[in-house]
Amino acid sequence: MSGRPEHQAPPEIFYGEDEARKYTRNTRMIEIQLVMSERAVELLCLPENQPCHIIDIGCGSGLSGETLTEQGHIWTGVDISSAMLGVAKEREVEGDLLLGDLGQGLPFRAGAFDGAISISALQWLCNADQKSHNPAKRLYTFFSSLYGCLSRGSRAVFQFYPENSSQVELITSQAMKAGFTGGLVVDYPNSTKAKKFFLCLMTGGQQTLPTALGVDSREDAPNCVAFSQKRDRMKQLRAGKAPKKSRDWILEKKERRRRQGKETRDDSKFTGRKRQSHVW
Amino acid sequence: MKLLTHNILTSKCLKGVTVGYPLGIVAKEIKVNEVEFNPEFISRMIQKVDWPALCKAAENLGHIDDLPSAVVDDYENNEEFLKKAHHFLMEIEVINGDLICPETGRKFPVTDGIPNMLANEDEV
Repeated sequence: MSGRPEHQAPPEIFYGEDEARKYTRNTRMIEIQLVMSERAVELLCLPENQPCHIIDIGCGSGLSGETLTEQGHIWTGVDISSAMLGVAKEREVEGDLLLGDLGQGLPFRAGAFDGAISISALQWLCNADQKSHNPAKRLYTFFSSLYGCLSRGSRAVFQFYPENSSQVELITSQAMKAGFTGGLVVDYPNSTKAKKFFLCLMTGGQQTLPTALGVDSREDAPNCVAFSQKRDRMKQLRAGKAPKKSRDWILEKKERRRRQGKETRDDSKFTGRKRQSHVW
Repeated sequence: MKLLTHNILTSKCLKGVTVGYPLGIVAKEIKVNEVEFNPEFISRMIQKVDWPALCKAAENLGHIDDLPSAVVDDYENNEEFLKKAHHFLMEIEVINGDLICPETGRKFPVTDGIPNMLANEDEV
């Protein structure tokens, strides 16, 4: 396994002509991107049946953009890889495309967009691809320019692959500094394969985060499995054998010792009788 | 690049630029497409669009005739106006040319319909 892509090369080099083509032909990749894009649009909570103006951040070859088109929205995509944008053009995606570096800021007018989605792109901003790069500063420049070009009350949803929790912390803190509220929604948190991270950012002041998938969200759900108390009791019964220290157990043990040829007292009416508790 | 996108683009990510809007257009190649008309979307976009900048852009492209010089009152119900707005915002595409920053004169090339907004390290 070659490890995380963003450790191998900057995105505009990693996603060169060959990789761009491979990426867009991989059916598994397409399927995953489609599902994640649909989930991201769902988390955007856009008004129903209303075509909106959306920005696709790190749009790549337009896989996520196609979901936006399908849902009736008009979108503009930004990406740093001209090879990926080239593939998007070939596939004749509906959205307008821009070649740009997110870390330099989004070059748009205030309130230009009704929402933003980003699929599998944000983690690329966390690495310093050039000597002069300061990831925290680039993240802040990106988030503050995004905040500016979103209309009030709109959201930005980022599906991304965080390397570790300090990366999540870095990203979230820069987003909050830029004025966003919101937080992380983790779908299927208990599955290594299905687990997906969505950073849901809002511009209209603090609101409740959407519920994650794959988590029992019932308020009265017990935090341990039902019937476990009964199971514990069953365990204590020592299936098939007499419970410890009872008369039957004592008689069985004496019989076992006799079979082993050990010296054993004869059984009598006093064997295993209840003794008075000691009062010294 | 559609004129809707041009209408929201700025050069304010560059150092020393205050507003950076609107960007001038010098087009070498333009294309006119047919795009599905969505009156609801156009109505909402007209609220966001900077109309004088749109007129200036259309003028730069030499397509000014037919575009009303100002937004009419009650445009939401004026289908003819919405259709004209739709044509200019969504159907005219700049394929090759340059976008020009109004404050620094810096050119952003447009190739194959895609504007290159990448700035050099010393420009941000």
